[in-house]
Amino acid sequence: MQFGIFTVGDVTTDPTNGRAPTENERIKATVAIALKAEEVGLDVFATGEHHNPPFVPSSPTTMLGHIAARTENLILSTSTTLITTNDPVKIAEDYAMLQHLADGRVDLMMGRGNTGPVYPWFGQDIRQGIPLAIENYALLHKLWREDVVDWEGKFRTPLQGFTSTPRPLDGVPPFVWHGSIRSPEIAEQAAFYGDGFFHNNIFWPAEHTRRMVALYRKRYAHYGHGTPEQAVVGLGGQVFMRKNSQDAVREFRPYFDNAPVYGHGPSLEDFTEQTPLTVGSPQQVIDRTLGFREVVGDYQRQLFLMDHAGLPLKTVLEQLDILGEEVVPVLRKEFANLRPAGVPDAPVHPAVAAARGNGTHGPAGTTGTTGTPGTPGKED
Amino acid sequence: MEQLKLVAVSAGLSSPSSTRLLADRLAEAAQERLAEQDRKVEVEVIELRDLATAIANNLVTGFPSPTLGAAIDAVTKADGVIAVSPIFTASYSGLFKSFFDLVDPQALTGKPVLVAATGGTARHSLALDHALRPLFAYLRALVVPTAVYAASEDWGSSGDEYTEGLPARIRRAGGELAELMASRPARDESTDEPGEYERQLADLRFD
Repeated sequence: MQFGIFTVGDVTTDPTNGRAPTENERIKATVAIALKAEEVGLDVFATGEHHNPPFVPSSPTTMLGHIAARTENLILSTSTTLITTNDPVKIAEDYAMLQHLADGRVDLMMGRGNTGPVYPWFGQDIRQGIPLAIENYALLHKLWREDVVDWEGKFRTPLQGFTSTPRPLDGVPPFVWHGSIRSPEIAEQAAFYGDGFFHNNIFWPAEHTRRMVALYRKRYAHYGHGTPEQAVVGLGGQVFMRKNSQDAVREFRPYFDNAPVYGHGPSLEDFTEQTPLTVGSPQQVIDRTLGFREVVGDYQRQLFLMDHAGLPLKTVLEQLDILGEEVVPVLRKEFANLRPAGVPDAPVHPAVAAARGNGTHGPAGTTGTTGTPGTPGKED
Repeated sequence: MEQLKLVAVSAGLSSPSSTRLLADRLAEAAQERLAEQDRKVEVEVIELRDLATAIANNLVTGFPSPTLGAAIDAVTKADGVIAVSPIFTASYSGLFKSFFDLVDPQALTGKPVLVAATGGTARHSLALDHALRPLFAYLRALVVPTAVYAASEDWGSSGDEYTEGLPARIRRAGGELAELMASRPARDESTDEPGEYERQLADLRFD
Protein backbone atom coordinates (compact mmCIF):
# COMPACT_ATOMS: atom_id res chain seq x y z
CA MET A 1 0.00 0.00 0.00
CA GLN A 2 1.20 3.49 -0.87
CA PHE A 3 1.01 6.42 1.55
CA GLY A 4 1.57 10.00 0.63
CA ILE A 5 0.34 13.56 0.64
CA PHE A 6 -1.52 15.73 -1.81
CA THR A 7 -1.59 19.50 -1.95
CA VAL A 8 -4.02 21.99 -3.38
CA GLY A 9 -1.40 24.75 -3.45
CA ASP A 10 -3.58 27.45 -1.93
CA VAL A 11 -2.14 30.73 -0.71
CA THR A 12 -4.26 31.30 2.38
CA THR A 13 -3.89 33.81 5.19
CA ASP A 14 -2.92 32.22 8.48
CA PRO A 15 -5.97 33.11 10.61
CA THR A 16 -3.92 33.13 13.81
CA ASN A 17 -1.62 35.98 12.73
CA GLY A 18 -3.23 37.46 9.62
CA ARG A 19 -0.20 36.73 7.48
CA ALA A 20 -0.34 35.18 4.00
CA PRO A 21 2.77 33.75 2.35
CA THR A 22 3.95 35.29 -0.91
CA GLU A 23 3.62 33.12 -4.01
CA ASN A 24 7.35 32.54 -3.89
CA GLU A 25 7.18 31.44 -0.26
CA ARG A 26 4.27 29.12 -1.00
CA ILE A 27 6.05 27.53 -3.95
CA LYS A 28 9.26 27.00 -1.96
CA ALA A 29 7.22 25.65 0.95
CA THR A 30 5.59 23.13 -1.38
CA VAL A 31 9.03 21.88 -2.43
CA ALA A 32 10.14 21.67 1.22
CA ILE A 33 6.99 19.67 2.01
CA ALA A 34 7.66 17.23 -0.85
CA LEU A 35 11.28 16.74 0.25
CA LYS A 36 10.06 16.15 3.80
CA ALA A 37 7.64 13.55 2.50
CA GLU A 38 10.55 11.61 1.05
CA GLU A 39 12.64 12.11 4.20
CA VAL A 40 9.98 10.65 6.49
CA GLY A 41 9.45 7.63 4.23
CA LEU A 42 6.22 8.47 2.41
CA ASP A 43 5.69 7.03 -1.07
CA VAL A 44 3.78 9.69 -2.98
CA PHE A 45 3.66 13.46 -3.41
CA ALA A 46 0.84 14.82 -5.55
CA THR A 47 0.28 18.44 -6.56
CA GLY A 48 -2.92 20.07 -7.69
CA GLU A 49 -3.27 22.13 -10.85
CA HIS A 50 -5.01 25.49 -10.80
CA HIS A 51 -5.19 28.48 -13.08
CA ASN A 52 -6.59 31.12 -10.77
CA PRO A 53 -5.61 32.84 -7.53
CA PRO A 54 -5.24 32.06 -4.66
CA PHE A 55 -3.57 28.93 -6.02
CA VAL A 56 0.03 28.72 -7.27
CA PRO A 57 0.47 25.36 -9.03
CA SER A 58 -0.36 26.21 -12.64
CA SER A 59 2.64 24.29 -13.96
CA PRO A 60 2.75 20.87 -12.27
CA THR A 61 5.48 19.24 -14.36
CA THR A 62 7.87 22.15 -13.70
CA MET A 63 7.29 21.66 -9.98
CA LEU A 64 7.44 17.87 -10.14
CA GLY A 65 10.55 17.89 -12.37
CA HIS A 66 12.34 20.03 -9.79
CA ILE A 67 11.27 17.71 -6.98
CA ALA A 68 12.28 14.68 -9.06
CA ALA A 69 15.82 16.02 -9.27
CA ARG A 70 16.00 16.37 -5.51
CA THR A 71 14.49 13.03 -4.47
CA GLU A 72 15.28 9.36 -4.96
CA ASN A 73 12.20 7.34 -4.11
CA LEU A 74 9.16 9.57 -4.02
CA ILE A 75 6.48 8.85 -6.63
CA LEU A 76 5.39 12.15 -8.18
CA SER A 77 1.75 12.50 -8.99
CA THR A 78 -1.03 15.03 -9.49
CA SER A 79 -4.26 15.86 -7.71
CA THR A 80 -5.53 16.50 -10.27
CA THR A 81 -4.39 17.05 -13.86
CA LEU A 82 -7.10 18.93 -15.74
CA ILE A 83 -8.07 16.58 -18.53
CA THR A 84 -10.81 18.97 -19.66
CA THR A 85 -8.92 22.21 -20.28
CA ASN A 86 -5.40 20.94 -21.03
CA ASP A 87 -4.54 19.74 -24.49
CA PRO A 88 -4.18 15.97 -24.15
CA VAL A 89 -1.23 16.12 -26.55
CA LYS A 90 0.63 18.44 -24.16
CA ILE A 91 -0.22 16.19 -21.20
CA ALA A 92 1.18 13.20 -23.11
CA GLU A 93 4.41 15.07 -23.87
CA ASP A 94 4.91 16.76 -20.49
CA TYR A 95 4.34 13.69 -18.36
CA ALA A 96 6.35 11.38 -20.60
CA MET A 97 9.24 13.84 -20.30
CA LEU A 98 8.78 13.93 -16.52
CA GLN A 99 8.67 10.15 -16.45
CA HIS A 100 12.10 9.95 -18.14
CA LEU A 101 13.64 12.57 -15.85
CA ALA A 102 12.21 10.86 -12.76
CA ASP A 103 13.23 7.36 -13.87
CA GLY A 104 9.64 6.18 -13.89
CA ARG A 105 8.58 7.67 -10.55
CA VAL A 106 5.51 9.28 -12.09
CA ASP A 107 1.82 8.67 -12.23
CA LEU A 108 -1.05 11.10 -12.55
CA MET A 109 -4.63 11.63 -11.60
CA MET A 110 -7.16 12.99 -14.05
CA GLY A 111 -9.75 15.47 -12.86
CA ARG A 112 -12.20 17.82 -14.51
CA GLY A 113 -11.80 20.99 -12.47
CA ASN A 114 -14.85 22.79 -11.15
CA THR A 115 -13.88 26.44 -11.58
CA GLY A 116 -16.29 27.75 -14.20
CA PRO A 117 -14.19 30.53 -15.79
CA VAL A 118 -11.14 28.29 -16.27
CA TYR A 119 -12.99 26.51 -19.06
CA PRO A 120 -13.58 29.58 -21.26
CA TRP A 121 -10.10 30.91 -20.40
CA PHE A 122 -8.77 27.77 -22.07
CA GLY A 123 -11.32 27.82 -24.87
CA GLN A 124 -13.69 25.23 -23.44
CA ASP A 125 -17.22 25.03 -22.01
CA ILE A 126 -17.86 23.64 -18.52
CA ARG A 127 -21.16 22.16 -19.68
CA GLN A 128 -19.04 19.83 -21.82
CA GLY A 129 -16.98 18.75 -18.78
CA ILE A 130 -17.76 15.04 -18.93
CA PRO A 131 -17.55 14.68 -22.74
CA LEU A 132 -14.22 16.59 -22.65
CA ALA A 133 -12.87 14.30 -19.93
CA ILE A 134 -13.89 11.24 -21.91
CA GLU A 135 -12.66 12.30 -25.34
CA ASN A 136 -9.42 13.94 -24.17
CA TYR A 137 -8.47 10.93 -22.09
CA ALA A 138 -9.20 8.56 -24.96
CA LEU A 139 -6.69 10.54 -27.04
CA LEU A 140 -4.09 10.67 -24.23
CA HIS A 141 -4.42 6.91 -23.74
CA LYS A 142 -3.81 6.34 -27.43
CA LEU A 143 -0.88 8.78 -27.69
CA TRP A 144 1.02 6.84 -25.02
CA ARG A 145 0.32 3.46 -26.60
CA GLU A 146 0.59 4.01 -30.34
CA ASP A 147 3.73 5.43 -31.94
CA VAL A 148 1.91 7.05 -34.84
CA VAL A 149 -1.55 8.42 -34.22
CA ASP A 150 -4.29 9.42 -36.65
CA TRP A 151 -7.13 10.93 -34.70
CA GLU A 152 -10.22 13.06 -35.03
CA GLY A 153 -12.59 14.16 -32.29
CA LYS A 154 -15.10 16.84 -31.39
CA PHE A 155 -12.96 19.12 -29.28
CA ARG A 156 -9.47 19.27 -30.70
CA THR A 157 -7.91 19.81 -34.08
CA PRO A 158 -7.38 16.43 -35.83
CA LEU A 159 -4.02 14.67 -35.86
CA GLN A 160 -2.59 12.90 -38.88
CA GLY A 161 0.62 10.93 -38.50
CA PHE A 162 1.43 12.43 -35.12
CA THR A 163 4.00 10.94 -32.75
CA SER A 164 4.07 12.18 -29.18
CA THR A 165 7.65 12.43 -27.93
CA PRO A 166 9.38 11.35 -25.85
CA ARG A 167 7.77 7.91 -25.94
CA PRO A 168 6.92 6.63 -22.43
CA LEU A 169 9.93 5.28 -20.53
CA ASP A 170 10.58 1.66 -21.60
CA GLY A 171 7.29 1.79 -23.49
CA VAL A 172 5.28 1.78 -20.25
CA PRO A 173 2.87 4.71 -19.93
CA PRO A 174 2.49 6.37 -16.52
CA PHE A 175 -0.25 4.75 -14.46
CA VAL A 176 -3.40 6.86 -14.41
CA TRP A 177 -5.92 7.45 -11.66
CA HIS A 178 -9.25 9.14 -12.26
CA GLY A 179 -10.42 11.38 -9.48
CA SER A 180 -14.01 12.34 -8.88
CA ILE A 181 -16.13 13.23 -5.90
CA ARG A 182 -19.61 12.76 -7.27
CA SER A 183 -19.66 11.82 -10.95
CA PRO A 184 -20.45 8.15 -11.59
CA GLU A 185 -19.35 8.68 -15.22
CA ILE A 186 -15.75 9.10 -14.03
CA ALA A 187 -15.90 5.91 -11.93
CA GLU A 188 -17.20 4.24 -15.09
CA GLN A 189 -14.34 5.70 -17.15
CA ALA A 190 -11.71 4.45 -14.66
CA ALA A 191 -13.33 1.00 -14.71
CA PHE A 192 -13.52 0.94 -18.50
CA TYR A 193 -9.75 1.40 -18.90
CA GLY A 194 -8.78 -0.66 -15.86
CA ASP A 195 -7.18 2.50 -14.43
CA GLY A 196 -7.19 3.53 -10.79
CA PHE A 197 -10.06 5.39 -9.15
CA PHE A 198 -9.33 8.01 -6.51
CA HIS A 199 -11.96 9.48 -4.22
CA ASN A 200 -11.03 12.73 -2.54
CA ASN A 201 -12.98 11.50 0.51
CA ILE A 202 -12.60 14.81 2.32
CA PHE A 203 -15.67 16.88 1.83
CA TRP A 204 -18.36 14.24 1.80
CA PRO A 205 -19.72 11.65 4.21
CA ALA A 206 -18.17 8.20 3.99
CA GLU A 207 -21.40 6.66 2.72
CA HIS A 208 -21.01 8.67 -0.46
CA THR A 209 -17.42 7.49 -0.95
CA ARG A 210 -18.60 3.92 -0.38
CA ARG A 211 -21.17 4.14 -3.18
CA MET A 212 -18.75 5.67 -5.69
CA VAL A 213 -16.01 3.10 -5.01
CA ALA A 214 -18.51 0.21 -5.05
CA LEU A 215 -19.71 1.35 -8.47
CA TYR A 216 -16.13 1.54 -9.75
CA ARG A 217 -15.28 -1.93 -8.42
CA LYS A 218 -18.38 -3.49 -9.93
CA ARG A 219 -17.75 -1.91 -13.33
CA TYR A 220 -14.02 -2.77 -13.21
CA ALA A 221 -15.04 -6.43 -13.02
CA HIS A 222 -17.72 -5.90 -15.68
CA TYR A 223 -15.05 -4.73 -18.14
CA GLY A 224 -12.98 -7.83 -17.44
CA HIS A 225 -9.97 -6.34 -15.69
CA GLY A 226 -10.24 -8.64 -12.67
CA THR A 227 -12.42 -9.16 -9.64
CA PRO A 228 -14.00 -6.16 -7.90
CA GLU A 229 -11.48 -6.68 -5.08
CA GLN A 230 -8.59 -6.27 -7.53
CA ALA A 231 -9.66 -2.83 -8.72
CA VAL A 232 -7.15 -0.09 -7.85
CA VAL A 233 -8.56 2.36 -5.32
CA GLY A 234 -7.08 5.47 -3.75
CA LEU A 235 -8.51 7.69 -1.05
CA GLY A 236 -7.85 11.14 0.25
CA GLY A 237 -7.85 12.02 3.90
CA GLN A 238 -7.39 15.04 6.06
CA VAL A 239 -5.78 14.94 9.50
CA PHE A 240 -4.24 17.15 12.12
CA MET A 241 -2.33 15.52 14.95
CA ARG A 242 -0.72 16.30 18.25
CA LYS A 243 0.39 13.90 20.94
CA ASN A 244 -2.59 15.08 22.95
CA SER A 245 -5.88 15.13 21.07
CA GLN A 246 -7.12 18.23 22.94
CA ASP A 247 -4.01 20.10 21.81
CA ALA A 248 -4.67 19.07 18.21
CA VAL A 249 -8.25 20.35 18.38
CA ARG A 250 -7.23 23.64 20.03
CA GLU A 251 -4.47 24.30 17.50
CA PHE A 252 -6.40 23.29 14.39
CA ARG A 253 -9.73 24.95 15.22
CA PRO A 254 -8.92 28.47 13.91
CA TYR A 255 -7.66 26.94 10.64
CA PHE A 256 -10.80 24.82 10.36
CA ASP A 257 -13.15 27.68 11.23
CA ASN A 258 -11.64 29.88 8.52
CA ALA A 259 -10.79 27.24 5.92
CA PRO A 260 -11.60 28.39 2.38
CA VAL A 261 -13.78 25.38 1.53
CA TYR A 262 -15.87 24.62 4.60
CA GLY A 263 -15.06 27.43 7.02
CA HIS A 264 -17.81 29.46 8.66
CA GLY A 265 -20.10 26.48 8.33
CA PRO A 266 -20.45 23.43 10.55
CA SER A 267 -18.50 23.06 13.77
CA LEU A 268 -15.23 21.14 13.81
CA GLU A 269 -17.00 18.50 15.88
CA ASP A 270 -19.89 18.07 13.40
CA PHE A 271 -17.56 18.01 10.41
CA THR A 272 -15.29 15.45 12.08
CA GLU A 273 -18.30 13.26 12.76
CA GLN A 274 -19.83 13.61 9.30
CA THR A 275 -16.69 13.42 7.14
CA PRO A 276 -13.38 11.53 7.35
CA LEU A 277 -11.56 14.57 8.85
CA THR A 278 -9.64 13.47 11.94
CA VAL A 279 -8.21 15.93 14.44
CA GLY A 280 -6.58 14.23 17.38
CA SER A 281 -3.78 11.93 18.48
CA PRO A 282 -1.73 9.77 16.09
CA GLN A 283 -3.59 6.74 17.43
CA GLN A 284 -6.95 8.32 16.54
CA VAL A 285 -5.68 8.93 13.01
CA ILE A 286 -4.49 5.32 12.77
CA ASP A 287 -7.86 3.97 13.93
CA ARG A 288 -9.90 6.23 11.65
CA THR A 289 -7.73 5.50 8.60
CA LEU A 290 -7.89 1.75 9.16
CA GLY A 291 -11.66 2.23 9.24
CA PHE A 292 -11.63 3.46 5.61
CA ARG A 293 -10.97 -0.16 4.69
CA GLU A 294 -14.40 -1.06 6.07
CA VAL A 295 -15.93 1.56 3.80
CA VAL A 296 -14.22 0.86 0.45
CA GLY A 297 -12.51 -2.51 0.91
CA ASP A 298 -8.76 -3.12 0.73
CA TYR A 299 -7.27 -0.25 -1.20
CA GLN A 300 -3.95 0.73 -2.69
CA ARG A 301 -3.21 4.37 -2.03
CA GLN A 302 -3.86 6.72 0.87
CA LEU A 303 -3.04 10.40 0.41
CA PHE A 304 -3.39 12.98 3.16
CA LEU A 305 -4.04 16.68 2.73
CA MET A 306 -1.66 18.39 5.18
CA ASP A 307 -0.76 21.87 3.98
CA HIS A 308 -3.87 23.94 3.42
CA ALA A 309 -6.01 26.58 5.12
CA GLY A 310 -3.03 28.76 6.01
CA LEU A 311 -1.16 26.28 8.20
CA PRO A 312 2.45 27.53 8.52
CA LEU A 313 5.25 25.50 6.92
CA LYS A 314 6.80 24.70 10.30
CA THR A 315 3.54 23.13 11.48
CA VAL A 316 3.12 21.16 8.25
CA LEU A 317 6.65 19.75 8.54
CA GLU A 318 5.92 18.74 12.15
CA GLN A 319 2.75 17.02 10.96
CA LEU A 320 4.76 15.11 8.34
CA ASP A 321 7.21 13.98 11.03
CA ILE A 322 4.34 12.57 13.07
CA LEU A 323 2.77 11.02 9.98
CA GLY A 324 6.01 9.38 8.86
CA GLU A 325 7.25 8.29 12.26
CA GLU A 326 4.17 7.33 14.21
CA VAL A 327 1.27 6.79 11.83
CA VAL A 328 2.32 5.37 8.48
CA PRO A 329 4.59 2.57 9.82
CA VAL A 330 1.67 1.25 11.86
CA LEU A 331 -0.78 1.66 8.99
CA ARG A 332 1.56 -0.19 6.59
CA LYS A 333 1.78 -3.11 8.95
CA GLU A 334 -1.91 -3.22 9.87
CA PHE A 335 -3.20 -2.83 6.31
CA ALA A 336 -0.77 -5.52 5.09
CA ASN A 337 -1.94 -7.92 7.80
CA LEU A 338 -5.59 -7.34 6.97
CA ARG A 339 -5.23 -7.57 3.22
CA PRO A 340 -6.15 -10.89 1.67
CA ALA A 341 -3.90 -12.49 -0.97
CA GLY A 342 -4.89 -11.55 -4.49
CA VAL A 343 -5.45 -7.87 -3.79
CA PRO A 344 -2.68 -6.18 -5.83
CA ASP A 345 -0.58 -3.16 -4.99
CA ALA A 346 -0.96 -0.01 -7.05
CA PRO A 347 0.95 -0.42 -10.31
CA VAL A 348 4.35 1.28 -10.51
CA HIS A 349 6.74 1.56 -13.42
CA PRO A 350 8.98 -1.53 -13.75
CA ALA A 351 12.06 0.71 -13.34
CA VAL A 352 10.69 1.80 -9.96
CA ALA A 353 9.95 -1.74 -8.92
CA ALA A 354 13.45 -2.79 -9.97
CA ALA A 355 15.06 0.10 -8.12
CA ARG A 356 13.28 -1.01 -5.00
CA GLY A 357 14.75 -4.43 -5.41
CA ASN A 358 11.61 -6.48 -5.40
CA GLY A 359 12.32 -7.93 -8.79
CA THR A 360 9.16 -6.92 -10.58
CA HIS A 361 10.07 -6.49 -14.24
CA GLY A 362 6.73 -6.88 -15.90
CA PRO A 363 4.82 -5.13 -18.62
CA ALA A 364 2.49 -2.22 -18.02
CA GLY A 365 0.11 -2.85 -15.22
CA THR A 366 2.42 -5.22 -13.40
CA THR A 367 2.03 -4.64 -9.72
CA GLY A 368 4.87 -3.94 -7.37
CA THR A 369 5.08 -3.25 -3.70
CA THR A 370 6.24 0.22 -2.95
CA GLY A 371 8.11 1.46 0.03
CA THR A 372 7.80 -1.66 2.10
CA PRO A 373 11.33 -2.88 2.66
CA GLY A 374 11.53 -6.60 3.13
CA THR A 375 8.13 -7.34 1.68
CA PRO A 376 8.32 -9.29 -1.54
CA GLY A 377 6.41 -7.82 -4.46
CA LYS A 378 3.19 -9.46 -5.39
CA GLU A 379 3.00 -10.52 -9.01
CA ASP A 380 -0.02 -11.70 -10.87
CA MET B 1 -52.83 -0.50 -3.90
CA GLU B 2 -49.53 0.88 -2.74
CA GLN B 3 -49.62 3.39 0.10
CA LEU B 4 -48.90 6.90 -1.11
CA LYS B 5 -46.44 9.25 0.50
CA LEU B 6 -47.27 12.91 0.94
CA VAL B 7 -44.62 15.31 2.23
CA ALA B 8 -45.52 18.80 3.44
CA VAL B 9 -42.69 21.32 3.70
CA SER B 10 -43.37 24.24 6.00
CA ALA B 11 -41.06 27.24 6.14
CA GLY B 12 -42.89 28.87 9.05
CA LEU B 13 -40.61 30.37 11.66
CA SER B 14 -42.74 30.89 14.76
CA SER B 15 -44.17 28.24 17.01
CA PRO B 16 -47.05 27.70 16.74
CA SER B 17 -46.95 28.79 13.12
CA SER B 18 -49.83 29.65 10.80
CA THR B 19 -47.69 28.36 7.91
CA ARG B 20 -47.49 24.97 9.61
CA LEU B 21 -51.22 25.12 10.35
CA LEU B 22 -51.95 25.73 6.67
CA ALA B 23 -49.64 22.86 5.67
CA ASP B 24 -51.46 20.52 8.05
CA ARG B 25 -54.91 21.58 6.81
CA LEU B 26 -53.89 21.06 3.18
CA ALA B 27 -52.44 17.63 3.98
CA GLU B 28 -55.69 16.65 5.72
CA ALA B 29 -57.73 17.79 2.73
CA ALA B 30 -55.64 15.69 0.36
CA GLN B 31 -55.80 12.76 2.74
CA GLU B 32 -59.60 12.96 2.96
CA ARG B 33 -60.01 13.02 -0.81
CA LEU B 34 -57.69 10.03 -1.19
CA ALA B 35 -59.57 8.19 1.56
CA GLU B 36 -62.77 8.60 -0.47
CA GLN B 37 -61.01 6.58 -3.17
CA ASP B 38 -59.78 4.01 -0.64
CA ARG B 39 -56.21 5.20 -1.07
CA LYS B 40 -54.04 5.21 2.00
CA VAL B 41 -51.53 7.99 2.37
CA GLU B 42 -48.70 8.52 4.80
CA VAL B 43 -48.09 12.17 5.63
CA GLU B 44 -44.74 13.58 6.74
CA VAL B 45 -44.33 17.23 7.67
CA ILE B 46 -40.90 18.83 7.38
CA GLU B 47 -40.39 21.99 9.44
CA LEU B 48 -37.55 23.92 7.85
CA ARG B 49 -37.02 25.94 11.04
CA ASP B 50 -35.58 22.81 12.67
CA LEU B 51 -33.20 22.42 9.74
CA ALA B 52 -32.13 26.07 9.43
CA THR B 53 -28.52 25.56 10.58
CA ALA B 54 -28.16 22.33 8.64
CA ILE B 55 -29.39 24.08 5.49
CA ALA B 56 -26.84 26.89 5.92
CA ASN B 57 -24.08 24.34 6.56
CA ASN B 58 -25.00 22.39 3.46
CA LEU B 59 -24.75 25.57 1.39
CA VAL B 60 -21.22 26.00 2.74
CA THR B 61 -19.93 22.42 2.68
CA GLY B 62 -21.84 20.94 -0.24
CA PHE B 63 -23.29 17.98 1.62
CA PRO B 64 -26.28 17.56 3.98
CA SER B 65 -26.18 16.48 7.61
CA PRO B 66 -27.93 13.13 8.20
CA THR B 67 -31.18 14.81 9.34
CA LEU B 68 -31.29 17.21 6.42
CA GLY B 69 -30.35 14.37 4.07
CA ALA B 70 -33.38 12.44 5.31
CA ALA B 71 -35.65 15.46 4.67
CA ILE B 72 -34.32 15.91 1.13
CA ASP B 73 -34.74 12.20 0.55
CA ALA B 74 -38.35 12.33 1.76
CA VAL B 75 -39.19 15.12 -0.71
CA THR B 76 -37.39 13.30 -3.50
CA LYS B 77 -39.31 10.06 -2.93
CA ALA B 78 -42.72 11.59 -2.20
CA ASP B 79 -45.74 10.97 -4.44
CA GLY B 80 -46.87 14.52 -3.75
CA VAL B 81 -45.46 17.62 -2.07
CA ILE B 82 -47.14 20.50 -0.28
CA ALA B 83 -44.81 23.50 -0.17
CA VAL B 84 -45.80 26.34 2.16
CA SER B 85 -43.83 29.50 2.78
CA PRO B 86 -44.50 32.75 4.56
CA ILE B 87 -44.29 35.67 2.13
CA PHE B 88 -41.28 37.84 2.98
CA THR B 89 -40.38 40.94 0.95
CA ALA B 90 -42.70 40.07 -1.94
CA SER B 91 -41.58 36.44 -2.30
CA TYR B 92 -40.98 33.08 -0.59
CA SER B 93 -38.67 33.21 2.42
CA GLY B 94 -34.93 32.75 2.02
CA LEU B 95 -35.04 29.59 4.10
CA PHE B 96 -37.70 28.09 1.84
CA LYS B 97 -35.66 28.84 -1.29
CA SER B 98 -32.43 27.60 0.29
CA PHE B 99 -34.04 24.24 1.06
CA PHE B 100 -35.29 23.76 -2.48
CA ASP B 101 -31.87 24.87 -3.76
CA LEU B 102 -30.48 21.75 -2.08
CA VAL B 103 -32.97 19.35 -3.67
CA ASP B 104 -31.70 17.78 -6.87
CA PRO B 105 -33.03 19.78 -9.85
CA GLN B 106 -34.50 16.57 -11.30
CA ALA B 107 -36.06 15.35 -8.05
CA LEU B 108 -39.41 17.06 -8.57
CA THR B 109 -39.81 16.38 -12.27
CA GLY B 110 -43.39 15.29 -12.88
CA LYS B 111 -44.23 15.33 -9.20
CA PRO B 112 -47.56 16.82 -8.06
CA VAL B 113 -46.89 19.91 -5.95
CA LEU B 114 -49.35 22.14 -4.15
CA VAL B 115 -48.03 25.61 -3.36
CA ALA B 116 -49.36 27.71 -0.53
CA ALA B 117 -48.35 30.75 1.46
CA THR B 118 -49.19 32.82 4.47
CA GLY B 119 -48.91 36.53 5.15
CA GLY B 120 -50.20 39.40 7.19
CA THR B 121 -52.35 40.80 4.42
CA ALA B 122 -54.06 39.41 1.32
CA ARG B 123 -52.25 42.02 -0.78
CA HIS B 124 -49.29 39.62 -1.12
CA SER B 125 -51.31 36.68 -2.41
CA LEU B 126 -50.07 36.93 -6.01
CA ALA B 127 -46.55 36.07 -4.78
CA LEU B 128 -47.82 32.49 -5.09
CA ASP B 129 -48.24 32.86 -8.83
CA HIS B 130 -45.33 35.22 -9.40
CA ALA B 131 -42.72 33.45 -7.24
CA LEU B 132 -43.64 29.96 -6.02
CA ARG B 133 -45.29 28.72 -9.21
CA PRO B 134 -42.34 29.67 -11.48
CA LEU B 135 -39.89 28.08 -9.03
CA PHE B 136 -41.68 24.74 -9.29
CA ALA B 137 -42.27 25.18 -13.01
CA TYR B 138 -38.50 25.44 -13.40
CA LEU B 139 -38.17 22.19 -11.49
CA ARG B 140 -40.71 20.64 -13.91
CA ALA B 141 -43.13 19.81 -11.12
CA LEU B 142 -46.86 19.46 -11.81
CA VAL B 143 -48.16 22.41 -9.81
CA VAL B 144 -51.89 22.05 -9.07
CA PRO B 145 -54.10 24.85 -10.41
CA THR B 146 -55.28 26.11 -7.02
CA ALA B 147 -52.64 27.81 -4.90
CA VAL B 148 -53.76 28.69 -1.40
CA TYR B 149 -52.94 31.96 0.28
CA ALA B 150 -53.93 32.49 3.91
CA ALA B 151 -53.79 36.03 5.22
CA SER B 152 -54.21 36.57 8.96
CA GLU B 153 -57.82 37.68 8.43
CA ASP B 154 -58.65 34.47 6.54
CA TRP B 155 -58.37 32.45 9.74
CA GLY B 156 -61.34 34.38 11.15
CA SER B 157 -63.64 35.00 8.20
CA SER B 158 -65.74 33.07 5.75
CA GLY B 159 -66.16 33.60 2.05
CA ASP B 160 -68.14 36.39 0.46
CA GLU B 161 -70.17 36.61 -2.73
CA TYR B 162 -66.97 36.86 -4.81
CA THR B 163 -64.57 34.46 -3.09
CA GLU B 164 -64.66 31.14 -1.35
CA GLY B 165 -63.47 31.11 2.24
CA LEU B 166 -60.18 29.53 3.28
CA PRO B 167 -61.66 26.08 4.13
CA ALA B 168 -63.23 25.79 0.66
CA ARG B 169 -59.98 26.80 -1.03
CA ILE B 170 -58.06 24.29 1.08
CA ARG B 171 -60.55 21.55 0.12
CA ARG B 172 -60.31 22.39 -3.57
CA ALA B 173 -56.49 22.52 -3.61
CA GLY B 174 -56.16 19.36 -1.51
CA GLY B 175 -58.58 17.61 -3.85
CA GLU B 176 -56.61 18.64 -6.93
CA LEU B 177 -53.39 17.34 -5.36
CA ALA B 178 -55.09 14.07 -4.36
CA GLU B 179 -56.38 13.49 -7.90
CA LEU B 180 -52.90 13.92 -9.38
CA MET B 181 -51.32 11.70 -6.75
CA ALA B 182 -53.89 8.94 -7.23
CA SER B 183 -53.46 8.86 -10.99
CA ARG B 184 -49.67 8.87 -10.82
CA PRO B 185 -47.91 5.76 -12.07
CA ALA B 186 -46.18 3.59 -9.48
CA ARG B 187 -42.69 4.67 -8.45
CA ASP B 188 -39.90 3.15 -10.46
CA GLU B 189 -36.77 2.13 -8.64
CA SER B 190 -34.03 3.74 -10.67
CA THR B 191 -30.60 2.16 -10.91
CA ASP B 192 -27.28 3.93 -11.20
CA GLU B 193 -26.13 1.87 -14.17
CA PRO B 194 -24.48 4.37 -16.51
CA GLY B 195 -25.46 2.59 -19.71
CA GLU B 196 -25.17 5.66 -21.88
CA TYR B 197 -21.59 6.30 -20.78
CA GLU B 198 -20.64 2.73 -21.43
CA ARG B 199 -21.65 3.25 -25.04
CA GLN B 200 -19.90 6.62 -25.23
CA LEU B 201 -16.66 5.12 -23.87
CA ALA B 202 -16.89 2.13 -26.18
CA ASP B 203 -17.27 4.48 -29.16
CA LEU B 204 -14.06 6.26 -28.20
CA ARG B 205 -11.94 3.20 -27.54
CA PHE B 206 -9.37 2.99 -30.30
CA ASP B 207 -7.18 0.16 -29.12
